[in-house]
Amino acid sequence: MSDHTEYAERPNVLNSWIRERLFLGLSIKEYLKSLITPFNVVAGIIILVGLPFMVMRFTQGLVAVTHASQDQPWSLFLSWGLFTGVPLAASGFIMATAVHVFEMKDYYPLVRPAILIGFLGYFFAVVFLLFDLGRPWRLPYPMVVSYGTSSVLFLVGWHVALYLSTQFVEFCPAIFEWLGANRLRRWALKVTVGATIFGVILSTLHQSALGALFLLAPGKLHPLWYSEFIPVFFFISSIFAGISMVIVVSMVTKRVLKNRIAPHHAANYDRLTIGLGRAAAFVLLTYFCMKWIGVAHGNHWDLLNTSWGLWFLVEIFVFVLLPCFLFTTGVLNRNAGLIQFTAILTILGIAVNRFNVSLIALNWKLPHREFFHWKELIIAISIITIEILAYRWIVNRMPVYREHPEYKEVHF
Amino acid sequence: MRISRRKFFKISAVTGAVSIIGKSKSTSVARNFSGRPDRLGVLTDSTRCVGCRTCEAACNEINKLPKPKIPFEDQSVFEKERRADSTYYTYVNRYPHPDKKGKWIYRKVQCNHCDEPACASACLVAALKKKPEGPVVWNEKICIGCRYCMTACPFYVPAFEYSNPYSPDIVKCTMCYDTRVSKGGIPACVEACPMEAMTFGKRSELIKVARKRIMEHTDKYVDHIYGENEAGGTCWLYISGVPFEELGFPTDVGTKPYPELTKGFLTMVPAVLVIWPALLGGFYMFTKHREQLIEEEEKTPEKKEDRK
Ligand code: SF4
Ligand code: SF4
Repeated sequence: MSDHTEYAERPNVLNSWIRERLFLGLSIKEYLKSLITPFNVVAGIIILVGLPFMVMRFTQGLVAVTHASQDQPWSLFLSWGLFTGVPLAASGFIMATAVHVFEMKDYYPLVRPAILIGFLGYFFAVVFLLFDLGRPWRLPYPMVVSYGTSSVLFLVGWHVALYLSTQFVEFCPAIFEWLGANRLRRWALKVTVGATIFGVILSTLHQSALGALFLLAPGKLHPLWYSEFIPVFFFISSIFAGISMVIVVSMVTKRVLKNRIAPHHAANYDRLTIGLGRAAAFVLLTYFCMKWIGVAHGNHWDLLNTSWGLWFLVEIFVFVLLPCFLFTTGVLNRNAGLIQFTAILTILGIAVNRFNVSLIALNWKLPHREFFHWKELIIAISIITIEILAYRWIVNRMPVYREHPEYKEVHF
Repeated sequence: MRISRRKFFKISAVTGAVSIIGKSKSTSVARNFSGRPDRLGVLTDSTRCVGCRTCEAACNEINKLPKPKIPFEDQSVFEKERRADSTYYTYVNRYPHPDKKGKWIYRKVQCNHCDEPACASACLVAALKKKPEGPVVWNEKICIGCRYCMTACPFYVPAFEYSNPYSPDIVKCTMCYDTRVSKGGIPACVEACPMEAMTFGKRSELIKVARKRIMEHTDKYVDHIYGENEAGGTCWLYISGVPFEELGFPTDVGTKPYPELTKGFLTMVPAVLVIWPALLGGFYMFTKHREQLIEEEEKTPEKKEDRK
């Protein structure tokens, strides 16, 4: 009976399916062997070091790993994981808008990487949140149990949840291509576009809402950073943050995971990088001007002449105007390397700004302050390491930087 | 991956509508004020306080709080300026008199039970609520422990039980709402004070009492009722013989109710939900149209020739 033979073959089919999908076409032994690389060993050590502290956090409470300050309740977990992580994850909505709405088709090869960066960024923002919340298992409460509708954080919570799902949907085609699920893939492609548009709306609102959270802290946040425009600042800066993130991550991927990038894309990257650099320079300039409007609006010129003022000037000259200038130079000289370097500087600048607003310049008047505990830093580094491994795991398997051989035609 | 124009609008319309419906609630913050006109409050007269900490002891007892490391009779606590903590709801701090050397002034600190509380407007699950009677209370059943209320409170009042991994509470004064005030009683600290430094009553009456005391003893008090307008007004009021900044009172809280600070942003939300899809749709049509023109031109080479 033919049925019979088919049945007998099945375990083999399954085996090779697993091998292809999960073990990169290697046998389990080969695969495990291939995992022993210097990078993986270092990553493994970092995670092993972090693990006991994570356990401490959940068994002994936040006091075991943070400064447990009653005056400064938020520290590294949120400053890094939420306030810096979310703008860096803006890449997804920016590239999707550029390609799907503005029809900048040249950038098509970067849409999937950008969405993946975005999705992981949001996903791990939620992971950080779970570490930080006093009762993490109540995370869904604002969605299902009780609605604090006058709260900006309520808006942030809903939007992050919706947007995380949206980005998952946007990334679904890649997953279904990987799994070879044809019909599902076609279905997913159809909703992708709607998801993109929905994503833009959500992103605009929650990127700015993250800034709006601090509108409630006029006496606590230093006046040079406190501004009615803070939601606008947060939104605009998320744009160049997302762009820089695409530049940097695709550069690193191109260097490290060379074989995962389609050759004709690789050749194209310098050109795309320069295009992205141009956009970033333009947005940075806008942001630079806006920041001054903020100072003028609050009439805080006198504060510039203090040590806080100096730090403020460092932030906007070294981390905003300088990158703007360097991006422009890179574009004019068609120097992709310079643009990539500048993108790193810009990302650093975003971190500086978000840390200033959510940690350093917050509660600036208090005499005794601690920023964050070293144990918190260790946990954060382990989580970031896991994030990088997750990114690599996905790029190694799913068609992110290349077309899936079976779907080449459909793609372009 | 192309969308037809019609489909685009359909999608934007649907997503826009969904978001508006989903969010319309969050924008109705017109006024967060849920206190009654006859809401209650406490007036603390710091010229009467002698720093005996009887109020702290009474609060500790009625709220079943942990035994303090330094006993209530021990004056050594005053060596350090205390701040909010998860082991007490209220604390008394000591400050040197700015003019009279060797004389101390005391300040009792606890939640001010704001009329329009920053903490309540910050809470994403509405775990903090202003009761019509005046007190601002916290609901342990829904709090997720995000601690935004702590960031938002201009008086640095709410504390958090960082050492509790399974059910960390937000800790702050309740004005003895559950234990006494809701049953017609008066807060334990007010009752315990041997110096009658605190008066419990209707807020409106307390303001009159405060004003009268200031008028009658202009030499004894500074002409200011702290809490009358601070942060939009609070139910706990203070009068003092020295300027309030000398006693560590935050003087940068303004007189605007805190919920107003985010109201502008929240009312902007529906506008974005309507304008964005329209704007993006416009752009999309524009690029589409341009592309069609180019395509058409490419398809009709003879016309091109003609033009040349
Ligand atoms: S003093 Fe702080 S905790 Fe108390 S009601 Fe006002 S904002 Fe809330
Ligand atoms: S910590 Fe609890 S009470 Fe405070 S804002 Fe968060 S959920 Fe609300």
